[in-house]
Amino acid sequence: MNTAPFTATSFYSFLQEHKLMGTRCTHCGALYLPPRPLCPHCPEAPLEWVELSGKGEVVAFSVIAIGLTAMQEMGYSRENPYVSAMVRLVEGPIISAQLLGVEARHPETIAIGMPVHMTFVERGPQDARKTYLAFEPIAEGGA
Amino acid sequence: MRLSRPGVAVVGAGMTRFGAFPGLATRDLFVEAYRELLASVDKGFDPREIEAVYVGNFSNELLEGQGHLAPLLTDWIGLTPRPATRVEDACASGSAALRQGILAIASGLYDIVLVGGVEKMTDLPTARVTDTLATAADWTYEVSAGFTFPGLYAALATAYMHAYGATPDVFLQVGIKNHNNGALNPKAQFGQRISDIMEARKAAALKKGKPAPTWSTEWDFLTDERANPMIAWPLRLYDCSPISDGAAVLLLVREDLASRFTDQPIAIIGSGQASDVATHDRPTLTSLPAARRAAELAYAMAGVKPADIQLAEVHDCFTIAEIIASEDLGFFAPGEGWRAAQEGRTARTGDRPINTSGGLKSKGHPVGATGIGQVIEIWKQLRGEAGERQLPGDLRLGLTHNVGGTGQTCIVHIFERR
Repeated sequence: MNTAPFTATSFYSFLQEHKLMGTRCTHCGALYLPPRPLCPHCPEAPLEWVELSGKGEVVAFSVIAIGLTAMQEMGYSRENPYVSAMVRLVEGPIISAQLLGVEARHPETIAIGMPVHMTFVERGPQDARKTYLAFEPIAEGGA
Repeated sequence: MRLSRPGVAVVGAGMTRFGAFPGLATRDLFVEAYRELLASVDKGFDPREIEAVYVGNFSNELLEGQGHLAPLLTDWIGLTPRPATRVEDACASGSAALRQGILAIASGLYDIVLVGGVEKMTDLPTARVTDTLATAADWTYEVSAGFTFPGLYAALATAYMHAYGATPDVFLQVGIKNHNNGALNPKAQFGQRISDIMEARKAAALKKGKPAPTWSTEWDFLTDERANPMIAWPLRLYDCSPISDGAAVLLLVREDLASRFTDQPIAIIGSGQASDVATHDRPTLTSLPAARRAAELAYAMAGVKPADIQLAEVHDCFTIAEIIASEDLGFFAPGEGWRAAQEGRTARTGDRPINTSGGLKSKGHPVGATGIGQVIEIWKQLRGEAGERQLPGDLRLGLTHNVGGTGQTCIVHIFERR
């Protein structure tokens, strides 16, 4: 059993190992991603870590032209926008992440319901790189 | 929950113009709004009667570099040593301060309270303001995905378009409507119709000896990437409220004392507030569940129905937000708000006027002051003091809808002219 504390720090450490980890309530079975440390339905029940498949579908997205400073530092700009999305995983929970491998300059080619799977992206200054969750479309007939 | 009897009434109101005011600090803006409030009390009053001050402000540490704002502002209007408290719920901070004032009077602790809001946003470059506004979302799990504040509302817009068949041009129609209203509001930051902005841009180009743009209608202008650039698809510049400076204040009193101040008090008959989870964690992306909950609470407290409300100021931080608000408040069924906007039903001449002030879009959105600014429009309209934009008829019931973040906080108030 994984004994890591139920924190964002643990979530990002797992991502570093390319694992997408949520938590599950051992009482009611509810699955939480991002991982919650406390089940709102059963506040006294212990939780446990669960690895998710990383497969899902886009339920909402935006092509962001005026980005956060941190994204501008990654080279994104009005001419080179990026896509952020909300993805519903096959296990049920929805999570926000960058969507890669799509034509950001042609939003009409990005569709709600588009099947995606997880990938990972490194961001931050050279000496403080951090791994973030991302998704990309599942290639036709593949994955 | 019910408000105790006697209830709470608004008997005075003041605000700065919303806009970009280099050289004016939060305290200067607050003093200006307060001066207007003093002059607004019909029968006059002694400001020393004010017993407590509540101020809504989102992020003054990041935006102006000054913390511990409430006593400082209270000092500048000469009201120390009265208790002074700052209240923060992102873009709903103003309504949160109002609610604290209501609760303080309803509790029986005070009879006369000043509530207000202020934000100073234009000192920083746009990129820093974008980062600051993003802190209203979940920094660890939403902003880390690259989401800006416009980006999150844009994502809601894609979900709404997908669910109900709306198109981005309908969103822009909300902006045109709000600019038409703001053009009649001398306090508005961008108080011009979009067609006037377009003509001014053409004239400026000609004056500089450049080829004049070929726009002939508002639609040519609004669909030209140079005039109306994409911010976060499907939202363009004219879908977004601006970065603003401003302050607004209200004088609240126990309702049975109101006649000492004015013969036209505006009673606060409903107050509802709700909180919610991060955007991606909700059962719906086409509605703000906390807004529905806050509205239900406010309607129940007031004993009125959505159909009774004659005008509403809603939180149009983005055009899509106004459409969703018009559904969450029960004015239109889910999925029908965009058609109502398209048919002009929410215009000043429609059956369901929304944002007669120009809304956040045209009037401006100095975050902490916004919720109080909304109340001032209802106050003016119900008292028949809204000038050129005054709605006709016997106005008795108005509503404000103020949202923090993407609906992690929603606050609804209902007002009645008795």
